[in-house]
Amino acid sequence: MIREGVKGIINPFDENAIEAALQLREQHGGQVTVLSMGIPKVVEQLRQAIAMGADRAVLLSDRALAGADTLATAYTLALGIQKLAPFDLVVCGKQAIDGDTAQVGPGIAERLGIPQVTYAREISFQDGALRIRRVLEEGYEIVETALPALVTVLKQINQPRYPSLKGLMAAKKAEIAIWSAVDLEADPQRVGMAGSPTKVVKTYTPSREHHAEIIQGLPNEIAETVTAKLRDHHLLSA
Amino acid sequence: MNFSLTEEQQMVMDMVHDFATKELAPKAREVDERGEFPWDNVRQLAGYDMMGIPFPQEYGGLGADFVTWAAVGAELSRTCTATGAVYGAHILCQYPIFLHGTEEQKQRYLTPLCKGEAVGAFALTEPGAGSDAGNVSTKAELDGDHYVLNGTKIFCSNGGEAATYVIIANLDVKRGARGMTAFIVEKGMPGFEFGKNEEKMGFHALPNRELVLQDCRVPKENLLGRERRGFRVAMDTLALGRIGMGIGAVGLAQAAYEAALVYSKQRVQFGKPISSFQAVQFMLADMATEIEAARLLCLQAAWLKDQGKPFEKQGAMAKLYASEVAMRVTTKAVQVFGGYGYTRDYPVERYMREAKLFEIVEGTSEIQRQVIAGHLLKGGAEQAAD
Repeated sequence: MIREGVKGIINPFDENAIEAALQLREQHGGQVTVLSMGIPKVVEQLRQAIAMGADRAVLLSDRALAGADTLATAYTLALGIQKLAPFDLVVCGKQAIDGDTAQVGPGIAERLGIPQVTYAREISFQDGALRIRRVLEEGYEIVETALPALVTVLKQINQPRYPSLKGLMAAKKAEIAIWSAVDLEADPQRVGMAGSPTKVVKTYTPSREHHAEIIQGLPNEIAETVTAKLRDHHLLSA
Repeated sequence: MNFSLTEEQQMVMDMVHDFATKELAPKAREVDERGEFPWDNVRQLAGYDMMGIPFPQEYGGLGADFVTWAAVGAELSRTCTATGAVYGAHILCQYPIFLHGTEEQKQRYLTPLCKGEAVGAFALTEPGAGSDAGNVSTKAELDGDHYVLNGTKIFCSNGGEAATYVIIANLDVKRGARGMTAFIVEKGMPGFEFGKNEEKMGFHALPNRELVLQDCRVPKENLLGRERRGFRVAMDTLALGRIGMGIGAVGLAQAAYEAALVYSKQRVQFGKPISSFQAVQFMLADMATEIEAARLLCLQAAWLKDQGKPFEKQGAMAKLYASEVAMRVTTKAVQVFGGYGYTRDYPVERYMREAKLFEIVEGTSEIQRQVIAGHLLKGGAEQAAD
């Protein structure tokens, strides 16, 4: 992959995750730590997160971690989170915009053995419980969970703030810890290429097939055909 | 020689570009049409620490440099010319206080200006003192522990909306520039009123108001700098202001060029986008080239300032060149748009009207040429060549 000269960005959904965490901190106190796994250059994006207001940032970066699929990534990030424990809440973007798998968040929750709530559009915290409005394909669901928990968030949950210029200047000087596989005491067989049973062969958007049928004839014939078909599909009662 | 921004400057510019493009640009037309001071935008600038970029953090500033201040100004102007103009006028109040103010004055006035809790303005121009800036007839007289100010200032940018004013008056009108004295005047001080807001060709959201001083009593501690040194204060302020005006013109020209570039690729005539015609390509090439040159002149002047080197000549060159570039570029942009460019459906007619201001405000092009020539001639051939 050619990364030289290409300006890295924070995964947009992860920006929403950072914003959600910052808002919860503003309402209820606490600390926000931003954790990422990637090449050393990712420190720049972590500085962005600190400029937005995160208290600290940690990068998991090591040659041994390279080439990880979602399973190995979730394993590695979970180790990072355990090393940061205790924690109340892990907030992830719903998915990355490159792989689009949406598997890492849930994978981390499984590793950590904590409840997970995906596709959050609203998060609030009251009486010791986290209340999440999660979006489903045809509606929404309101879920409550105890902490610690993991939530993955949608773009619609908030509008990520711009970093203030003072925040940016301070972030430039902030210390960002870089942890290696050894620091994480990771099992070498479960990280990076070695820990990745899957390989991305091809990415594509599955096509949804549409069958259109042209009904011809006189208007009343067409009407009869259409109503009959609707009855057949139980879309119209007899 | 190094023409790249530092890592810090780049981080700031990435943020400002993103912010200005998403937050300011979509509202720019509405801001102009409403014709009201863009308070929402100014509050946002304050919230993101953009109102005191080159001033020390101890006075609420960002503690960055003048190159950053200038580069940010270009972005603001590119996306919302009125907001860029407010930003450019604001520093005309901060800078003289920073340069000539006492510690108490800096704490009391510069700090809220840098935090963006107050907007600032600078008032020199009078009906009889435009290009002839030494001819200030607003009178100042010492009366006990107050100075009493009497006179009228005109065209004051941010006038009426600003809370803090640096006003140049005269302790000895007969002596002209040698009697000129600077004061910090607060909105609401007795005897300080606002008159007419000029109805201008463009920049409708930028107030240019008349300030009326009628037995306005200004506490003695609000004398800025020393008595009879006001001409120096004014000249120092204008020297920096020229960079601000230059960079504002660059931002405006950039906006016009970008609009023309996009449009030229969409507009089809003779079966092809007009960008495929050499006549249009040449216009775009000239626009981009001149903008680049103007930007570099402005940033160079700001860089000289940051280095603690003399920048007055380059500042005047930057202001002169950039404002004339803005006029040419916006005129060409209207030409690229053709008939549509002359309508209010597109922003380029507004840009063209706005560009004219830069050739006049804070020293006309003619005055800039005079300033530049003055620098060239006083130093002899050697300095002229550098």
